[in-house]
Amino acid sequence: MADQTYDAIVVGSGISGGWAAKELTEKGLKVLLLERGQNVEHVKDYKNANQAPWEIPHRGRRTIEMLENHPNLKRDYVLNEQNLDWWAHEKDSPYVEKKPFTWFRGYQVGGRSLMWGRQSYRLADIDFEANLKEGIAVDWPVRYKDLAPWYSYVERFAGISGNRDGLDILPDGEFLPPMDLNCVEKEVAERIKAKWNGKRLMTIGRVANITQPHEGRVNCQYRNKCWLGCPFGGYFSTQSSTLPAAMRTGNLTLRPWSIVTKLTYDKDTQKATGVEVLDAENNQTYTYKAKVIFLCASAFNSTAILMRSATDIWPGGLGSSSGELGHNVMDHHFRVGANGTYEGFEDRYYFGRRPNGIYIPRFQNVGDDKRDYVRGFGYQGGASRSGWSRNVAEINFGAPLKEALTEPGPWSMGITAFGEILPYHENKITLSKDVTDKWGLPVLEMDAELKENEKRMRKDMMSEAVAMLEAAGLKDVRGFDAGYTLGQGIHEMGTARMGRDPKTSVLNGNNQVWDAKNVFVTDGACMTSGAAQNPSLTYMALTARAADFAVAELKKGNL
Amino acid sequence: MAINRRDALKSMALLMGGTIVGMNALLTGCSPEEQLSGLNFSEKDIAFLDELGEAIIPTTDTPGAKAAEIGTFMVMMVKDTYNAAEQEKFTNGLNALRADFKKQQSTDFMEASTADRTAYLNALQARAAEEEALAGFLAMAKDLTVLGYFTSEIGATQALRYMETPGKYDGCMEYVPGDRAWAL
Repeated sequence: MADQTYDAIVVGSGISGGWAAKELTEKGLKVLLLERGQNVEHVKDYKNANQAPWEIPHRGRRTIEMLENHPNLKRDYVLNEQNLDWWAHEKDSPYVEKKPFTWFRGYQVGGRSLMWGRQSYRLADIDFEANLKEGIAVDWPVRYKDLAPWYSYVERFAGISGNRDGLDILPDGEFLPPMDLNCVEKEVAERIKAKWNGKRLMTIGRVANITQPHEGRVNCQYRNKCWLGCPFGGYFSTQSSTLPAAMRTGNLTLRPWSIVTKLTYDKDTQKATGVEVLDAENNQTYTYKAKVIFLCASAFNSTAILMRSATDIWPGGLGSSSGELGHNVMDHHFRVGANGTYEGFEDRYYFGRRPNGIYIPRFQNVGDDKRDYVRGFGYQGGASRSGWSRNVAEINFGAPLKEALTEPGPWSMGITAFGEILPYHENKITLSKDVTDKWGLPVLEMDAELKENEKRMRKDMMSEAVAMLEAAGLKDVRGFDAGYTLGQGIHEMGTARMGRDPKTSVLNGNNQVWDAKNVFVTDGACMTSGAAQNPSLTYMALTARAADFAVAELKKGNL
Repeated sequence: MAINRRDALKSMALLMGGTIVGMNALLTGCSPEEQLSGLNFSEKDIAFLDELGEAIIPTTDTPGAKAAEIGTFMVMMVKDTYNAAEQEKFTNGLNALRADFKKQQSTDFMEASTADRTAYLNALQARAAEEEALAGFLAMAKDLTVLGYFTSEIGATQALRYMETPGKYDGCMEYVPGDRAWAL
């Protein structure tokens, strides 16, 4: 096949890749956007988005067949008969668990931007400074002030709704009007504020659902079916937002079914020359050339591509000269918290299905607060009235049962903590020497685990949850720890970290691979530490910033 | 909205007065030794599960579980979502309950009134500790009936309220006892 040449190639079409494609095409570059899986067209391919409850064959329950075919997905809520096509086929794309690891991958155009949780928070100074202050891993090469304008830039386009709370720990953004707390959440928020003199705050989640018409998209309709694709474009996804913007420029070529096997590298110029693509449908190999390459294939797959590239020069692959490629695996550990029932507000209910909950920003190890671990966690959750699925064992069969279940039950509230995992060098991924995927590529081996800091934090995540719900007047408060394996947070981070020194980091402060300056990695792989906040907004900001830098460098002739 | 609901109720009444009751009459000839083996649910088994579901969630001012074709739903769920042990527990329990009803009530389950069936289930529930197998089956049937009914079109739109596209969120609307819960 003949080579084809573009100005830039973007690998991966999820949150980060979509932003890279938008920014680079809008700056006039001819861009090839590669996606390893199927195409998913906005609205047209959201085939179950308008399914009524009675049209869902098993009404949300899992079939034996689903459990057998999805040994990985079944570990959590993500296994759902309504959007099974949007998760990687586990038999085609296996991975090896040297230690337990859960990997939920979205192999299609839009990636996981179609199914993401949409919680969108800025990192803060305390997050960017933590590694340096505590002597952990390496220092971030950027600070909050470097990213703040880029957070604003991406928020304005993506559309993030939220409340301006004026906190240093969780900087405000360019928000669309916030969604409402319900009556119980408002009451609980007041009581937490009173009990802790304003040092703890419960606010509405900052979420990438638009609360008013925005950028040609219809505002959120409160259907709470986001993970099926939104026909209104009510939430940010590649399809609703960045892809149409990139398409409008006329500069974008989108190529689905394109697995990047490696980057091609010229050791004389010390730059990548392009990518080698394996067509997932016809198994043919194609080569594409470009001046600039953005790796946005999701954290571990971006790293895997680097590991498979330039191995004639570095056996560990491009970026491995630092000894850090594949290391410092992070995620957010969670599934620990508390819930309780609320007596009162029986004369109150809600209208609409709010696709969002509450957020309690980190308060541990902030200011004078000191714990027996470093870093911290935030809580997400919400209050609701129970419905027909509640247990009413004491009520007789027949009309009494039917009548009881046709009315809403009592209010309850639950909160779950999301905690930071430190970047440990020994938590790593490597290419398998003996297991390959359907296309003959070596699969990843996961070798990572929680350590003492996270285990101590988990105890606090439960006890503080119980303490706050009890202080807020909830009854029958119960703490829970439902167990967690790494990866389950679906916030994989690290393995190609940014840093200030090529000897200890894979990327520099502009997300350039130290060993190939025309290669940028701007997805979760680049994270130097994980903070406790949901990370996608940070990938958007880093991607837009890196794209701006790349085009400037290109114009100067530096790439 | 009101017209739709009235029409739905009218067609349901037709259904109950006609097809289903007629079908039961046809089925009264079935022998008491009628046994389900494996997962070969017959029409008679489905009719039995329809009536069992109706005894759990009956027709009141809104249609009950039978109108929502609960028997067919239960069979599909048992086949698709139960593992082998659960399937065996369900089918054995179905046979056992059929026989126990006959023993306790001196009449076939299919010939009894819905009120009598419901009374039997409540009595069984009360002695659940002594009747582990029967009570275990009843718990499965209740779970599937509640799930199947409240997620059916009838259950979601008539017993409950279903709003496909709410369009807004109000976190503190007034609630008056008797107002129906949201389906989702």
